[in-house]
Amino acid sequence: MAVPISTAAGLDAAAIRADFPVLAEQVHGRPLVYLDNAATSQKPRAVIDALQTYYETYNANIHRGLHALSERATAEYEDARARVARFINAAHSHEVIFTRGTTEAINLVARGWGDEHVGEGDEILLTEMEHHSNLVPWQMLAQRRGASLRYIPMDAEGRIDLEAYARMFGPQTRLVTVTQMSNVLGTITPAAEIVQIAHVHGVPVLLDAAQSIPHLAVDVQDLNADFVAFSGHKMLGPTGIGVLYGRETLLDAMEPLFGGGSMIRVVQLHQSSWTELPYKLEGGTPNIAGAIGLGAAVDYLQAVGMPNVTAHELELTEYALALLSDVDGVRVFGPPDATDRGGVISFYVGDVHPHDVGTLLDAEGIAVRAGHHCAQPLMRKLGVAATARASLYLYNTAAEVDCLAAGIARAKAFFA
Amino acid sequence: MTLEDLYREVIMDHYRQPRNRGALDHANVVMEGVNPLCGDEIKLWLSIDDAGVITGASFDGHGCSISQSSASIMTAAVIGKPLADAHAVIAGFRGMMLDGAPPDEALLGDGVALEGVRKFPVRIKCAVLSWNTLKLGLDEHAAANGQHVELQHSES
Repeated sequence: MAVPISTAAGLDAAAIRADFPVLAEQVHGRPLVYLDNAATSQKPRAVIDALQTYYETYNANIHRGLHALSERATAEYEDARARVARFINAAHSHEVIFTRGTTEAINLVARGWGDEHVGEGDEILLTEMEHHSNLVPWQMLAQRRGASLRYIPMDAEGRIDLEAYARMFGPQTRLVTVTQMSNVLGTITPAAEIVQIAHVHGVPVLLDAAQSIPHLAVDVQDLNADFVAFSGHKMLGPTGIGVLYGRETLLDAMEPLFGGGSMIRVVQLHQSSWTELPYKLEGGTPNIAGAIGLGAAVDYLQAVGMPNVTAHELELTEYALALLSDVDGVRVFGPPDATDRGGVISFYVGDVHPHDVGTLLDAEGIAVRAGHHCAQPLMRKLGVAATARASLYLYNTAAEVDCLAAGIARAKAFFA
Repeated sequence: MTLEDLYREVIMDHYRQPRNRGALDHANVVMEGVNPLCGDEIKLWLSIDDAGVITGASFDGHGCSISQSSASIMTAAVIGKPLADAHAVIAGFRGMMLDGAPPDEALLGDGVALEGVRKFPVRIKCAVLSWNTLKLGLDEHAAANGQHVELQHSES
C-alpha cells in the first residue's frame, strides 16, 4: 500500500488526497469538495484494494473450510480484528465484536446485556444530543423492561454538567450511555470523567464513539469504558462493518442477539450451547470483506498517525469557525472555539432553509448534510427543525473551507 | 441541471410572499404532514361547504423554499374548486412530479413551475409534501361525511 506522508509538523493533505480516488471527481462540472464526513468518509485506494484482493484472490467463508482459501480468509479476518483491537488498545482481541455498524453494536448491548440487567424501575442515563442510534434502542429496552431514561443536564453547546450528572446516580441506575463526540454540535464529551463517576457507583458506561474514533486516538483501557460502539465507514472503511468493544467479563455474560451458524458449541434438537467470544456474538457468516477493509483502514490511519489527524482537523476547524463567524447572518451551533470540539460544524444561514443551502452548495460541487442529523430531540432543544452541517476529515484543506464560506455567502445573496 | 430549473421566479415569489399563510378561521378540516427525512412540517386548514366546494384553504409550517412555495401554490390552486376538481388537481400535480406527466398549466396554474424540481430527485418529496397532506385531509373529510373515497395508488 502507498504509505501516506506525515511529518512532525502535521500531515501532507495533498499527498493524502492522492490516495483517495473519489476526491478527483467532478460534481456538476466543479471539483468535488467533500464535507459530509460525519455521514460517511471516503475510502483510500488501500481499502478499495483490500476488498478487491479478497474477492479476486481468496474469497471463501471463514472458520469452516479446511481448504487454503478458507484458511487465508480466516487468517485475514482475524488479523483485522487484532488490528482493530490494537487501534483502540483493547486488552484482548476477542473483546472486539464485528457488527454491521454502531447501530447494531448498540442494539446488541441493549438486547444482550440490557434484557438481562435492566428491570422494572431501573434507570439509564444519557444525553439529549445522542444520535437516534444511541437513543431509540434504549427507549425500546425501557419499554420492554419498565425502565426509564434520564437525561444528563447539558447546555446548548453540548457541554455536560458533570456535577449534576454525579448527583443522578441512585440504586436503580443501571447504565450510562453517551456519545463521545456529538454528530451535530461537534462537542467532545469528557468521557474519562463520565466513566470514572459512573464506576464510583458501580455502573457500566457505553460510549457511542461513531464520531470520535475516526478523528481522535481512543484508548479504551485508558478511558476504562465498558462498551464502545463505532462504525467502519466513518473511519475510511467500508459500509456494513462496525465494532462493539466490550469488557471481557461483560461480553461473556451477554446473550447473543443472533442465533445461527458460527455462534454455537453443540446444537441439539431442543437446545444449544454457545461457543466462546467473540464468535458467540457473531452469528452467521459475517461481513468478511468489510472486516478486512476495516483492517486496511486502521492501517492507513495508523500510518498517518491519529495525533496528526486530530491536529490537522483542529487547525481546519479553527479556520472554519473563524471564517463562518465572519459571514454576516451565519449562526454556528456547538462550542464557538475549537477546544474540546471536533470538526463537525452545524450552521444556519440567515433565514435560508438548510435544504436550500445544501442544494446551492451542491451546485458548486460542495457536499454537506442538511437535515435533523438523526438527532430530533437535540434539534428541538436548539429550536430549529434542521441545520446544514459541514464535517471535516484528514483529506480536507483550507482551500475547501474557503469554497464553503464563499458558497454560503452566495447562498445568502441568492435568497436575499 | 441548473439552479434556475429549481428556483424559478414563480417559486421564489410564492416563497417570499406566500399566499394563504396562517390559520384559517372556521376551518372544518385540519391536517398535518411531516417529512421525517428532513423534518419539514406543514399544517393545512380547509373550509369545505355543504355543496362540497373548497371555500378556503391556508397553510403554515416550516421547511425549505420548495416545500413552502409548493404549499402556497397549492392553496391558491384549490380555493373555490369543487372537491372532484381539487382531486383532479392533486392527481395532476402528483402525476407530473412522480410519474413525469407533462405539465398542464390549465389544470395546475403556478404549480407547473415546480416541474423543474424533478431534476433534483431528493427535493421531489419537498414539493409533494403539502399535496399529499391535502389529499389525506380530503380523504379524511370524505370519510367523516360518509362518502365513498376511491383511494388512489400512492408511491410515497
